[in-house]
Amino acid sequence: MSVTSEADLVRQDAATLSSALSAGDITSVEVTQACLNRISAVDGTIHAFLHVDADAALATAQDVDRRRAAGEELGRLAGVPLALKDVLTMRGVPTTCGSRILEGWRPPYDSTIVERLRAADVVILGKTNMDEFAMGSSTEHSGYGPTRNPWDVERIPGGSGGGSAAALAAFEAPLAIGTDTGGSIRQPASVTGTVGVKPTYGAVSRYGLVALASSLDQAGPCARSVMDAALLHEVIAGYDPRDSTSINAPVPDVVAGAGNGDIRGMRIGLVRELSGEGYQPGVRESFDKAVAMLTDLGAEVVEVSCPHFDYALGAYYLILPSEASSNLARFDGMRYGLRAGDNGEASVEEVMSRTREVGFGAEVKRRIMLGTYALSSGYYDAYYGQAQKVRTLISRDFAAAFETVDVLVSPTTPTTAFKIGEKVDDPLAMYLNDIATIPVNLAGNCAMSVPIGLAREDDLPVGLQIMAPAQTDDRLYRVGAALEQALLDKRGHALIEEVPAL
Amino acid sequence: MSASAIERMKFEDALAAFEPVLGLETHVELGTASKMFCSCSAEFGGDPNTHVCPVCLGLPGSMPVVNASAIESTIRMGLSLNCSIASWCRFARKNYFYPDMPKDYQVSQYDEPLCVEGYLDVVVATDDGPREFRVEIERVHMEEDTGKLTHAGGDTGRIHGADYSLVDYNRAGIPLIEIVTKPIVGAGELAPLVARAYVTELRDLMRALGVSDVRMDQGSLRCDVNVSLAPPGEPWGTRSETKNVNSLRSVERAVRFEIERQAAVLSSGGRVVQETRHFHEDTGETTSGRSKEHAEDYRYFPEPDLVPVAPTADWVEELRGTLPEVPSVRRARLQAQWNISDLDMQTLVNAEALDLVESTIDHGVDQAAARKWWTGEFTRIANEQGIPLTDLPVTAAHIARVEELIADGSLTDKLARQVFEGVIAGEGDVDAVVQARGLVVVGDDSTLLAAIEQALADQPDVAEKIQGGKVQAAGAIVGAVMKATKGQADAAKVRTLLLEHLGVDG
Ligand SMILES: [Zn+2]
Repeated sequence: MSVTSEADLVRQDAATLSSALSAGDITSVEVTQACLNRISAVDGTIHAFLHVDADAALATAQDVDRRRAAGEELGRLAGVPLALKDVLTMRGVPTTCGSRILEGWRPPYDSTIVERLRAADVVILGKTNMDEFAMGSSTEHSGYGPTRNPWDVERIPGGSGGGSAAALAAFEAPLAIGTDTGGSIRQPASVTGTVGVKPTYGAVSRYGLVALASSLDQAGPCARSVMDAALLHEVIAGYDPRDSTSINAPVPDVVAGAGNGDIRGMRIGLVRELSGEGYQPGVRESFDKAVAMLTDLGAEVVEVSCPHFDYALGAYYLILPSEASSNLARFDGMRYGLRAGDNGEASVEEVMSRTREVGFGAEVKRRIMLGTYALSSGYYDAYYGQAQKVRTLISRDFAAAFETVDVLVSPTTPTTAFKIGEKVDDPLAMYLNDIATIPVNLAGNCAMSVPIGLAREDDLPVGLQIMAPAQTDDRLYRVGAALEQALLDKRGHALIEEVPAL
Repeated sequence: MSASAIERMKFEDALAAFEPVLGLETHVELGTASKMFCSCSAEFGGDPNTHVCPVCLGLPGSMPVVNASAIESTIRMGLSLNCSIASWCRFARKNYFYPDMPKDYQVSQYDEPLCVEGYLDVVVATDDGPREFRVEIERVHMEEDTGKLTHAGGDTGRIHGADYSLVDYNRAGIPLIEIVTKPIVGAGELAPLVARAYVTELRDLMRALGVSDVRMDQGSLRCDVNVSLAPPGEPWGTRSETKNVNSLRSVERAVRFEIERQAAVLSSGGRVVQETRHFHEDTGETTSGRSKEHAEDYRYFPEPDLVPVAPTADWVEELRGTLPEVPSVRRARLQAQWNISDLDMQTLVNAEALDLVESTIDHGVDQAAARKWWTGEFTRIANEQGIPLTDLPVTAAHIARVEELIADGSLTDKLARQVFEGVIAGEGDVDAVVQARGLVVVGDDSTLLAAIEQALADQPDVAEKIQGGKVQAAGAIVGAVMKATKGQADAAKVRTLLLEHLGVDG
């Protein structure tokens, strides 16, 4: 690689950087410094980061360079910078989950993901912005102000992982970690023209991931290319005895999947329930073109029905708030984070109550109240109980569909990025963003969002969602790589190259 | 609080008018090396907040992992209580806010306990001899313990009114099992004794299983006592729930007190309030705690951070093979083996000396001597020091050695006591104490005879009485000889020598 300027360096993908680093063409310190400089230059506008630890990042980079120079065998992503969603603990580094209630908290331990990233010598630049406790689809619900979409800074970058996606699209980092409870990796990927993967539930350890809804949460890779996502996926996935829901089985070979874009003979299903009404025409059009590409590439495309997907959103908005109302109980001002109202007179209940009143934002309170209600005695069966039944039916729909097809596809989101402020006061409209992504979280299988073009009416990125059975994550990469290559062939460059200059 | 504040009816009168129904909920801290959901030490004590980690502190992002040995202990407990073991069950979250709970929910089992439907037979002593009761067990389930709060300032020792409170999370996450009985009916006036016998039997069972050290004084065994009364033939009354009763005697007293109190309330036309009550060791009374008229809603739901517990049938059968002899069966066996009376057996059980006596006998000591030492001298010393018998630094080996020295005439009973005094005072083992204190029987006849002659010379009138046939007067001379030899002579031998010396028949 011949890279002469920092501007070039930050636009490279991780795989390219990896080759250049191991060839000795560049150093990790150079790449890291380039990213840090880029962050300084653009993050005032984008606000992808809540915390940047330049010293620690450069120290890691130096260490990697020294060890590489000493001839040490290093992992493929060694020395490559990464942005970490602020919902994962990292020893001594502020972890806020986008909430004021955790302001100033520095966890005394590393999440398993961070341990794995450190073991792979990945350079962690800092922590990215998100909707408070991952509740939202726009990053507007962050307690620290919204993140802006590099394609149009008046628009949202998606959520909850808008910070991670925007960091990629703004060329602040080549890799990022996201978490996906109902679409928080895939929807931001879709609206920022990047790649995001929600791995199979249990594939990536949740130890150190501050829980929103334990039975739905899954961390995964965010990148600007399918191969980069696979390389990161390989680093973070794997069995962890500290997470009892972790899968104790080999990780599917996702890197091989990403390297094999051959989908000839593959059976691909279009989900009837994830089309039609509510989808922006430009999104629909891009999606149809992508499906035509899949056919051209030799796949057999058929329509399948998953009738219970219509109930997914309703079930999700019972299960998620129920689990969240319990998971978020610990933020009571007693042990860490914010404490409010402790005037020497107030009772412990008053301090807990006041802390939660001022520490949580409106969306968090809304969902805690919904969940508290749904779990209440006398309502449990009608709400939580019924929602679990829907969940089972959705899993069965997937199972039935995967009897006849290898993967399913749909648009990732019904629309392209909307304007900041447009839906913030309309929770239902906001919730509808995740209508296509939620079924996968409920069933626990895996999915990817991959960019397929720009919508005709607004020139904003459109994403296509690929869904595969649990523990066949490699299929996502195979189909994703095929589409990515076809799109590259068609446009002559990667879609991400079209992000306007900031 | 004054003792007169609470009206009570005489126990006999209460039982004449009402039938009691009991329910017992017993919490046992398992003696696993690590906590329920993390690898922190589960050892009792330690400086505050030193046995903690992100998991048991409930730090954001941390996750529980079930301790397999806690499951194993619970299954063994369930099997020895004749329970069925669930082939699949889940933990649940019990949600409520309290600062001793790091997560503001407790991971517990709710509607899917690991062990269900068992029983435990207990025996109580009555005027008509021993009577057996079958206490039915509803469930045995697992949960995590909470931290421990200390309230400073204020006068109640409770959180309200305190100036500040300290919390120690060393105890948070210690595995607990809760054993819940079905309602115990028909015990009548024996109800307090049945309650005590049940907790005693449960404790012995857990000790035999080796699943807990079951120290009520340290809170590793805690009992909640539910009592209700109703006139004969009427539906059951409203129950009170007396929390954390912390000794066997207190269990009995708490039941008795609640019967007397509720009888007074009911017979004066009042209504028993559904509430938790606190037991006071000093007065033997219970006082009103939190009202439970409006049941708290704990919003239970299956713990999503844990996979279900699914013990295989093979594993359960394997564990069944590890069960020890049931304490009641063992007691019957030992009683027959030692050929001792019901009363002697009861004395051993009451003194908590059964294991100690058995092990002493295993060291070759005669059963009568073993029982005598443990229920006599050692029980007295332990009571004086206010410690359990097992905490005395005397071992079966010590007793065996002392008995050996008594048998060969080197020690008398009295000297033996002094030897144990030294052992307990930490002066070393038996031989070291004998050596250091010079505790050896003065056995040499010429020394004893010299002492006898001296005593006779000092008390010529006594010598005359003995020679005149008043053999009982010999005691005075024997006493004098014992005094002269500093107690290190064998009194019986002195007496024989004395009588021989005076030519009198004993
Ligand atoms: Zn711990």
